[in-house]
Amino acid sequence: MDSMTIIAVASIVIAGITISLGAIGPALAEGRAVATALTSLAQQPDASATITRTLFVGLAMIESIAIYCFVVSMILIFANPFWNHAIAQTAGK
Amino acid sequence: MHLSPDQMIFWQYGFFKLNGTIMFTWGLMLVLAVGSRLITRKLSVGLERSRWQNLLEIVVTSIQKQIEEVGLSQAQKYLGFLGTLFLFIAAASLCTVIPGYQPPTGSLSTTAALALCVFVAVPFFGIEEEGVGNYLKSYAKPTFLMLPFNIISELSRTLALAVRLFGNMMSGAMIIGILLTITPFLFPIIMTLLGQLTGMVQAYIFSILAAVYIAAATQVRKPNPEAAPSIAA
Repeated sequence: MDSMTIIAVASIVIAGITISLGAIGPALAEGRAVATALTSLAQQPDASATITRTLFVGLAMIESIAIYCFVVSMILIFANPFWNHAIAQTAGK
Repeated sequence: MHLSPDQMIFWQYGFFKLNGTIMFTWGLMLVLAVGSRLITRKLSVGLERSRWQNLLEIVVTSIQKQIEEVGLSQAQKYLGFLGTLFLFIAAASLCTVIPGYQPPTGSLSTTAALALCVFVAVPFFGIEEEGVGNYLKSYAKPTFLMLPFNIISELSRTLALAVRLFGNMMSGAMIIGILLTITPFLFPIIMTLLGQLTGMVQAYIFSILAAVYIAAATQVRKPNPEAAPSIAA
């Protein structure tokens, strides 16, 4: 396998693994966060504005982890510097 | 498959490029500034008011209430900065319904610029409220060992603000683009609706997080027990 093939295979495989593994943790965490928020809403319905706002802020923080993995995966597929370098080299030859 | 409006180049002169991000940002600035100027030309204090003025009042008073709930008691001082953040990001996301428009927040340059504004604003408001000595001493609280961690958390939450907004906006645009090639008619519309929802939520999150960071920086001397606790990224 020459280096271009290795770069391509590694990028594609790791992009897939990145986003699939990176979405597991945040999904579980968001599920737990919403469940706890629903429990506390049931216990104290008049604090619902504060609970809802805190829930959304917390969900956004958890979601950002999944977004980081997504961004890395997109970079590997669409803006891969190693692939661009390899292409430039073969184009130059 | 373009990742961001950075790649739509309208005009180029050597090093300077007018790309889609800049043009759409200018368009948004024009619409927001001229629109509000037109609406606030003849403000009425009584019960008879135009519906545009009513709309703006609803927006401004709800932003002010949210800032006060976060723990900043003098919301007027921060209303300009935080309200602008919210309105710009919300308008940038809402205009996606216009065909041919790409949200400028889908480019890392715009979101990095907005996060840098927050990064500069937090010490600015902190020093304005507490004085230079007190503010700098707050970095060494609760113990002096926390100084590097506090500095690192400042930098990392700025980075998190930028990447969170960029990732959400970019992924929305990209999913719509991908779906347009697969199932052209119904699904992209549903995904555009979902993109609107996430755009508004992200605008709210960005401004609320900025408000929380400013509240944490301006309340070093007397921590407010009802305020939301400071969130390290």
